[in-house]
Amino acid sequence: MNLSLTVNGEPRQIVLDDPRVTLLDLLRERMHLTGSKKGCDRGQCGACTVLVDGRRVNSCLTLAVSLDGASVTTIEGLADGDRLHPVQQAFIDHDGFQCGFCTPGQIMSAVGLILEGEAGDDPERVREAMSGNICRCGAYKGITEAVIDAAAKIASDKQRDAA
Amino acid sequence: MSDIASLQTGARLRQGSNIGQPMTRRDGVLKVTGRATYAADNNPEGLLHAVVAAATIARGRVSRLDVAAAKAHPGVVAVITPENRPQLAADPDDKPNPLAFRLDLLQSDAVRYAGQPVAVVIATSLEAASEGAALLAPQYEVEAPRVDLGGESFEAKIVGPGFPGRAESGDFDAEYAACDQTLEATYETPAQYHNAMEPHAIVARWDGDRIEIDTPTQAPAIALGTVARFFGIAPENILIRSPFLGGGFGSKGMLAGPQVLGVMAAKMVGAPVKLVLSRPQMYGPVGHRAQTRQTLRLGMAADGRMTAIAHHTLAATSRFDDFVEPASNASHALYAAKAIRATHDATRIDVGTPRFMRAPGEAPGSAALECAIDEAAFAAGIDPLDFRLRNYAEVEPMHGKPFSSKALRECYLQGAERFGWAGRPLEPQKLRDEKGRLVGRGVGTAQFPAIMFEGKARAVIRADGGGLAETSAEDMGQGAWTALHQIAADSLGLAIDAVEFRAGSSDLPDAGIAGGSGHTATAGTALYRAGEDAIARLTALAVGDRRSPLFGAGNVGVVARDGRLSRQDDESRGESYAAILARAGLSEIEGSGRGVADPATEEAYAKYAHGAVFAEVAVDPDLCQIRVTRLTGAFAAGRIINPRLVESQYYGGMVWGLSFALHEEAVHDRRSGRIMNANLAEYHVPVNADVPSLEAILVEEDDPHVNPLGVKGVGEIGITGTVGAIANAVFHATGIRVRRFPILPADLLREMARG
Repeated sequence: MNLSLTVNGEPRQIVLDDPRVTLLDLLRERMHLTGSKKGCDRGQCGACTVLVDGRRVNSCLTLAVSLDGASVTTIEGLADGDRLHPVQQAFIDHDGFQCGFCTPGQIMSAVGLILEGEAGDDPERVREAMSGNICRCGAYKGITEAVIDAAAKIASDKQRDAA
Repeated sequence: MSDIASLQTGARLRQGSNIGQPMTRRDGVLKVTGRATYAADNNPEGLLHAVVAAATIARGRVSRLDVAAAKAHPGVVAVITPENRPQLAADPDDKPNPLAFRLDLLQSDAVRYAGQPVAVVIATSLEAASEGAALLAPQYEVEAPRVDLGGESFEAKIVGPGFPGRAESGDFDAEYAACDQTLEATYETPAQYHNAMEPHAIVARWDGDRIEIDTPTQAPAIALGTVARFFGIAPENILIRSPFLGGGFGSKGMLAGPQVLGVMAAKMVGAPVKLVLSRPQMYGPVGHRAQTRQTLRLGMAADGRMTAIAHHTLAATSRFDDFVEPASNASHALYAAKAIRATHDATRIDVGTPRFMRAPGEAPGSAALECAIDEAAFAAGIDPLDFRLRNYAEVEPMHGKPFSSKALRECYLQGAERFGWAGRPLEPQKLRDEKGRLVGRGVGTAQFPAIMFEGKARAVIRADGGGLAETSAEDMGQGAWTALHQIAADSLGLAIDAVEFRAGSSDLPDAGIAGGSGHTATAGTALYRAGEDAIARLTALAVGDRRSPLFGAGNVGVVARDGRLSRQDDESRGESYAAILARAGLSEIEGSGRGVADPATEEAYAKYAHGAVFAEVAVDPDLCQIRVTRLTGAFAAGRIINPRLVESQYYGGMVWGLSFALHEEAVHDRRSGRIMNANLAEYHVPVNADVPSLEAILVEEDDPHVNPLGVKGVGEIGITGTVGAIANAVFHATGIRVRRFPILPADLLREMARG
């Protein structure tokens, strides 16, 4: 089974010897991109969230062989060299994590949410839209603040670039 | 940068420029970029994958495993069962000390709880190992299990990590009989599972009789001892790396059976092995919080002053080991009363052994106590905050010891002010919001002991004037790598960026246990002493050297700040650390330190952090859906090393309290003994939408006694108080008192239907 994937902007040819491999296990165990985490392997916790063609998905529920031609963005592909993505910086500034294990999934989910244009600045809506990502440490207050802050920053950066 | 006055009598640490600062996490960039390495992220060359097969019955024995089918699956390398299990150097059913839990290491075909490992399959890929484990298709001889509290019970002489199960002051029976008014109520709390986001994982690599291990542990030195004991190798042949834990909450305090099985698997196949538990496998062999039934009896005078408090707990423990949730101890030191009695019974059921879970004892104990206090206040017709103030313990009530510090009154007042407690109607069912929902407000008191374990640290001043601090501490989200680094920098009189901080590995000085809310106090004190020691040695070099501007300054004392030592009486006279070392021809100077509680202070004072939590809930009058709309906690925990991280600890604790009050419960099938919701969809923990606006107030508290740094713990106290505050708010909204946790819409619907 051969498939073409673009992972974090790089075209990759993947040879799979096993059709059971999920996107998450492909990333973690075979490509050693271990930023995406496995918290449940059942799509219940969101720690494995990545973007596939710009949309957030649970990579543990996605079979790798179903993704021929897709573009995948993981936490490793978010920063521009040493320059953090605004969502990453906002998570640090608002202390939107503690142990850090759910954080890559939270951040990818937040990036997806902002791309969806559904984040807005209403905390209630952000909380709802981020509720597919469990944080057992209970850092939700910081996460919500970080998403709102980053969404505003991204919007103002866009406006500046357009001007 | 820092502010250490190094006197001949020893250095004195004042509020420096690192301690007290709301610095962002030092490991923040690693964690937001996916570069923080958790155990399962390690993929050494030639790695094999191990998967545990777990029992699907709660009691009986495995009569058959289809090992041939598993072995026939492509990629499967080995199957470990009790039949071919390698000999261990110690018996997993031995208990050399009270904290050495009996482990299930395939020592027999007996099954003593659902989820117990019955075999391990090792394969070249994770997929093959998982399929191989499924193909084992165990068959069983089943015995009827018991998984509820209805069986025979016995008096628990020892509870928690070794506390006496019974404590008593005054004559409870006499006071209770003589008082004006009594309140008796029984509360039930369910089995709860830690569910750290990171499932237990281990990557083990043997090289002859040496081993390297990546695994999450809250206590590397204890984990190292466990591996040494089971595999009969010298501790110095073992290296355990545990830089980051994806949450611990007590479940990673002592190694769990599956982690040891990973080491065994690697030995058996002679290759590096990774073993990661699945989420359902986290409901069995890695500990949990036991279910309890607690009865409170409160006796009070007509004015609402309590004279008698009795707190009795019946807690479940396993058939084969002892850990009794010390819930009644929550009543030891919180409210004043002439007579206090705290007792425990236990009953054995067919579950994995319960262990420490965030605020063990305190969480369920506080839940019951704070509800009972609310019920007593209501019965006496007194505002529940006023009732708590009337029963304020000015000294520790059982022994009359003074508190090392106690700013609880300020917590009540500041919390009430911020929350807007004043004007709350005494009667329930009086408030509605704009959506027509029933609104209620409740309060709970938070308390948590300030303890210390024993920890060690090493500090170095380098030739370039920079520093290095080392201790084995791991960061499990509490922020150890930041708070401890801040302490280390201040103790060395350096800016934080001038100090390298090394931690998270068993070859560094033992930082003790990251638990009991005692880690910052323990490892922090060790680092503080180590820095102090290094500065003292450097000072000795300078004041004894005729060529130094500090020569002879020993009598007036010197100050260490910004990488310089200066005379205390004239800070313009001094020189840099680098200059002192260069002249002495030294490449570095080293200090060591130990953090441990001072026995005299332990004896003289009662040491607790305190807080007050205020909750508002809104309950849909038709559906009885309960939403927490506001939570405000005011906490006093001595000196605050990093307010940003401490706030986060309080928020996390309060979210756990909310979870305890309204969400968490492992539901057992009483026939099979299995947990029916062993996954993160059906075992409810709060998601973002469940968490309302949270506020944490850091109440100032100066504690000159608790330890040299003046810090108490902040990791667990947020749960205490919060559970009761929410339950009491639900009562205030609805007039319905639910005495079983979690409080569910169905409980309220049932009562409302009764009218």
